[in-house]
Amino acid sequence: MVSRYENVIIETVSRLLIPAMQLFGLYVIAHGHGSPGGGFQGGCILAASFILMVIAYDIKEAKSRMSENLNTILCCAGVFIYGGIGLLCVILGGNFLDYSVLHKVLPVDPVKARYMGIFGVEIGVGIAVMAVMVSIFLNIASGGEHEGAMK
Amino acid sequence: MKFIAFFAILITGFLLIYATVDMPDWGDPNSPPNSHVSPRFIEKVIQETATPNMVTAVLADYRGYDTFGETVVIFTAGIICLMLLRRGSDG
Amino acid sequence: MDTMDFIIGKYNYWVYIVLMMIGFYAMIAKNNFAKKLVGMNIFQTAIILFFISTSSKTGGATIPIIQAGMDKAHQYINPLPHVLMLTAIVVMVSTFGVALAVLIMIYRRYKTLEEDEIMAILKMEKQI
Repeated sequence: MVSRYENVIIETVSRLLIPAMQLFGLYVIAHGHGSPGGGFQGGCILAASFILMVIAYDIKEAKSRMSENLNTILCCAGVFIYGGIGLLCVILGGNFLDYSVLHKVLPVDPVKARYMGIFGVEIGVGIAVMAVMVSIFLNIASGGEHEGAMK
Repeated sequence: MKFIAFFAILITGFLLIYATVDMPDWGDPNSPPNSHVSPRFIEKVIQETATPNMVTAVLADYRGYDTFGETVVIFTAGIICLMLLRRGSDG
Repeated sequence: MDTMDFIIGKYNYWVYIVLMMIGFYAMIAKNNFAKKLVGMNIFQTAIILFFISTSSKTGGATIPIIQAGMDKAHQYINPLPHVLMLTAIVVMVSTFGVALAVLIMIYRRYKTLEEDEIMAILKMEKQI
């Protein structure tokens, strides 16, 4: 089991690249209304930044930044945000996922409330996709062991 | 065995190519997928949701229930990978 | 020029059919489970390309993002196949992940991924 390769070039470049990738992922999620993007794409970019950290360093280093418990909680939180927004619409008197009734709790008109509802849903999708992709990658790449570096 | 598989591929491919004779041409603006539901989405998306990117609007608003099922699907896939592979040291 | 118009209108379907048949052949003829899985991925990719190609419109249609002063349906390509395939890509990745996890479990149990060797092991176990 190789723990870490310690290649200076790869580690330096990925240390510079990972924050930029994460910022770009957040931009893609948040700017999904006016440009190509959205929850699925931004979540995949965020997961790719984390996977780059696993490849350049090792799993132990990456899990010290985001632990497995936090990752599993984020998996559930994404689906919970999506379903919670849908149920909030039901509680406020509309249909499931009918965001226009959200204007009763948000200071906007019904059309803009649908805009905000889409944004909340995209955040939930982004969190769920990021956490699930990272979880699938870590489990499959290490065979469930969660230790060592990628060969 | 390989020969039978190749023969099945040839027959299936020929049937599919024969079926494309009735398909609409590439880029036809009046083809059935381009003329049935999507013009309504394109023309009403700004008035109804104030979202310029209509892929996002259709994904999260008009077809929100579908996307909710999608999110549950990937969540289930992640949990299945976790449950199949991530066991204790006793295997 | 009638034949030429026919070929130009239909050749994208033929490309996807060839790609789909490559994946289909790998699924039914290959002996290794990992190669079968790669074939399944190629098959799904061909279907995604087919759906995306149905959304295109000739005559100056642009990407499905509303721009100022343009609100007619013929000015934008069809957004619906993009939405469907965006979700289909995520399902593809999910099924691929679950299938790889199952393959890892099969390898731990039988120490091989070849179909005929696993069948021989199963037959031997049944006799005992």
